[in-house]
Formats: sequence, structure tokens, C-alpha cells
Amino acid sequence: MKTNTALVFDVSAIRNQFPILHQQVNGKPLIYFDNAATSQKPLAVINTIKDYYEQYNSNIHRGAHYLAQLATERYEDARHTIASHLNASEQEINFVRGTTEAINLVATSYGRKFVSAGDEIIVTEMEHHSNIVPWQMLCEEKGATLRVIPITDSGELIYEEYLKLLSEKTKIVSVAHTSNALGTIHPVKEMIADAHKYGAVVFVDGAQALPHSKVDVQDLDCDFLGFSGHKVFAGTGIGVLYGKAHLLEAMNPYMGGGEMIKTVSFKGTTYNDLPYKFEAGTPHIEGGISLGAAINYINQIGLDNISSYEHELLRYGTEQLASVDDLRFVGTAENKSSVISFLVKNIHPYDIGVLLNEQGIAIRTGHHCCQPLMDRLGIEGTCRASFAFYNTKQEIDVFVKALQRAVKVLS
Amino acid sequence: MQSIPEIEQEIVNEFALFDDQMDKYEYIIDIGKKLPALDARYMTDDFLVKGCQSKVWLHAYPKDGRIYFEADSNTAITKGIIALLIRVLSGQKAADVLSCPLTFIDSIQLRSHLSSQRSNGLTSMIQRMRAYAQAYL
Ligand SMILES: Cc1ncc(COP(=O)(O)O)c(C=O)c1O
Repeated sequence: MKTNTALVFDVSAIRNQFPILHQQVNGKPLIYFDNAATSQKPLAVINTIKDYYEQYNSNIHRGAHYLAQLATERYEDARHTIASHLNASEQEINFVRGTTEAINLVATSYGRKFVSAGDEIIVTEMEHHSNIVPWQMLCEEKGATLRVIPITDSGELIYEEYLKLLSEKTKIVSVAHTSNALGTIHPVKEMIADAHKYGAVVFVDGAQALPHSKVDVQDLDCDFLGFSGHKVFAGTGIGVLYGKAHLLEAMNPYMGGGEMIKTVSFKGTTYNDLPYKFEAGTPHIEGGISLGAAINYINQIGLDNISSYEHELLRYGTEQLASVDDLRFVGTAENKSSVISFLVKNIHPYDIGVLLNEQGIAIRTGHHCCQPLMDRLGIEGTCRASFAFYNTKQEIDVFVKALQRAVKVLS
Repeated sequence: MQSIPEIEQEIVNEFALFDDQMDKYEYIIDIGKKLPALDARYMTDDFLVKGCQSKVWLHAYPKDGRIYFEADSNTAITKGIIALLIRVLSGQKAADVLSCPLTFIDSIQLRSHLSSQRSNGLTSMIQRMRAYAQAYL
């Protein structure tokens, strides 16, 4: 398999599928290293959205007419694509706006029903704010307690501490598969098995995992998983909540409205079956359909190919950045995705970000929506370069030179 | 004392010497480095101008019918920008600080090259300076 990679993986052919990459920014060829914030979109996705509006825009699940049938079919095809990608069944795939909505939905519809005073919810010290605040809100409402798994200086979970936190009181464990700020890949499969020993359910924040690796919900045995379309080469405003069917069945609806009902009367309303129960209102139709197209696209390239190519970018990028004087990596976990967080001297990350932008390079600077993590590390923020499979080693070379120039100007 | 438009023109002339954006930034950063240190008692939240990722502390005081500004920032580029604003506005009459259109920022083509967040930061800095001027009118 490995030897095939070079053959199948033709990065310039891949780049041709991403029109946005072929432009100049501030007079320099754009280098886009902010993929952890959002990914760029291939023609397969762009054309799917275009085709939808040019050929079969229509409301779904309602009309008897041709366009409505076609749109419904494509929307449900996309659900099918996503279900098989995750190794789930279609009724377990709920279209939502993104990871944030997936977490809020579970915190509200599962949490309100099954969490009570004295119960505990566990997250890690390096979660995205989206995977902290909804649980804090739930805890506040219920009189439950949010417990936090501490991390090491290198950005790995202290597993023994996790085991100590688990108890009969634990109702929910919510953890990112992969950290957006540091790239750390957590041992979610073991974490899930350990949580299940106490009867807790586990939510996996898959926002940073889906773009880079194969995620099999049955293999992980996670109870819920959320991810965002825009980080996995589809558009914004669409994402997925996977939930085990029996849990989704037991939950209350999240929002009321059309689509999610079976019958409505003023005496009482009955709710629709899964997955429509959680999809009130006209959904993001072309979003769902193009998310299916995005998943098909990455599967065509092959996630194994993507993973090994990106791993090489990570290795190369780390090696090249190490040659920059006084550069300090933030997050040096053994198991990492293609994210490099760093600081240089005592230069504020934002100054570096501005001067890289002047040279056509997009990175992210700041706390990356992980303020508790930054507090733990005793820093305000970092510079973060995050790679996708359309990035190249040549881009890394240009980036490292540009960084050296920025550092020189700022020293 | 030079007038606000005179100082603005001086700055525009200085920046006209650079055709490379990076050189412009280097110059701005140097200007920032020369900004006199702000007394620690003004480096508190009360004096903070809310920008996005960079912090700016701004203090002003009136003297002999004129208004004086002093500031600091935790980022080098912002510090340079506030230093430029101080060069233009500090020591002027409050009424002039309020009424001047501040055209140099567009003329040196900084705004277009600053991210919108930064531009918002810039707008807040100017707003805060004008608010001080209003208070000391
Ligand atoms: C790990 C992680 N969780 C959650 C989110 C929130 O995703 P969204 O804003 O798409 O809902 C992000 C996005 O930055 C993320 O990286």
C-alpha cells in the first residue's frame, strides 16, 4: 500500500481541483495553512452546489413533483454516503449546522433528560470552547459538576487522572478525537471503553478528525460523534451528529417545527422517526448534498493516502521549523495530526501572523478557541500552521523562509 | 508645533520611500520601539482599548490647552501604529483632534493591508483618542 502512495497521490492534480488555491495574496502566491479553521472546497463540492441550484432546487420530503423527488433522493443519498463512511446506519445520521450544534443538541436533548444534580460530566483541559460551554450550561442548570482531565506540558492527557475522575457519578464524557490547537490525537477508543465501565455515554468531537483520518463509530463504540462539513471540504452551515439509535430514540427533540413531526394537533403532537426527529424545519439541502460529495471526494483519494501524505508534511514541517532560531513548539504529543503550534522568542503571535499575511501566507494566531488550554500552558496564544492534503513541501519551504524574515523584522 | 495635516503629510512622505510592504512594517515597528514607556499604573483594564488579539493601553492628559497621549501595546505592529497616531495627535488642541479627518492612514496604505480585525482595532484606538479629546474639550 505504502509504495502506491506516490503513484496515486498526485498533489498537483489535486490542487487543480481547488480553484481558490490559485491566486495571489499581497502579490505572492497564496499559501493556505489555516486548514484546521476551515478547509478549502474542491470542484466536486462547488459543482454540486451549483448543480443543485441550476437543476433541482426544491424543498425535500414533501412535494410529489419531480424536482422535490430528485432533491429528496440526493439529500438521502448523501445521508447514506455519510452513514457508510462512519460505519453507522442512516437513522443515526442527523444533519445539523456543525460540531457546535451537535454538542449543544446532545447537551440539551440528552443532558436535560439524563443528567441530574450531583452527576458529573468529564471533558479535557484542551477542549474547544464549543466542547466546554454547552456542558457548563447544562451543569449550571442541573447542579451537576464539570470535571476536567489534566494534560502534560507536551499536550497529552494524563490518563491515570482520567481514570481517577471516572465514577458512578459520571454521566457524560466529551472529548475531541483530535485537538484543534495542538493536533494531539487522544486515545478515544480506550477512553470510551473505560467510560462505559461506569455506564457513562461518550461524545466524540470529530471536527479535526474527519478531514484527516478514517473514523469508524462502531469500532470506537462512541455513543455520539459530531463534525463540521466546512472542515471536511464541504460548505459552512452543515455538519453531522451521529448518535446510537437507542440513545437518539430516548432523547427529547431539540427543536420543534415542520419535518420533525408525525402528526400535530392541539391535543398533542407525535414526533417523527429518526433521523427526522432532530431535523426541524427546511434543512440545509445543498449543504447536506455537497457534504456527501465531499465525503465521496476524499474517499476517492483515499484516507490512507491522505493520512500518510499529511504525516509526511507534518514530519517535514516540524523538521524545517526546528531550524528557526528560538522557535518553540507548543504541543509535542507523540500521536499528532498535521497541526503545528509554535512560538518564536517572545514575539506576539499576531505580529507573526500579520507579517506572514504580507507574504501571502495564511496561518492562525491566537488562542484557537481554547483559552483554558492556553491558561494551562501559561501562554496567551500560539501561531498555528495546519496542513491539508493539497499543501506541499515547497509551500513549507516558502513558509519557513517567510517566517524567518518576519522574525528578523520583529527582533 | 506643527499642525495635524502637516505631520500627516510628513508621515506620508516618509512611507513613500518604501515600495515593499515588509519594509513599511519594519519602519512601523521601529517607530513603536521608540515610543516612551507607559507608566505601569496605566497598564490596567481601565485604560485598555479593546482590539482583537492585541492589547493597547491608552492614557491622555490635558496641559496648557492641549491634549497629550501616551500608550503601549503587547504587539509590535500595533505599538507602531499607536505611536504614529500619537505623533499626529499628541500635543494638539482637543478640538482639532476631534475634527481632523486623519487621512494619513489611508494614504500610507496601511488599512488595506491590515486584517479587518486590526482595522477594527485601529478604529477603536482613534475612537478612544477622540473620546479623550471630547472629555478635555
Ligand atoms: C475541535 C473542534 N471542536 C469544535 C469546533 C467547532 O466547530 P464549528 O464552529 O464548525 O461548529 C471546532 C472548530 O473550530 C474544532 O476545531
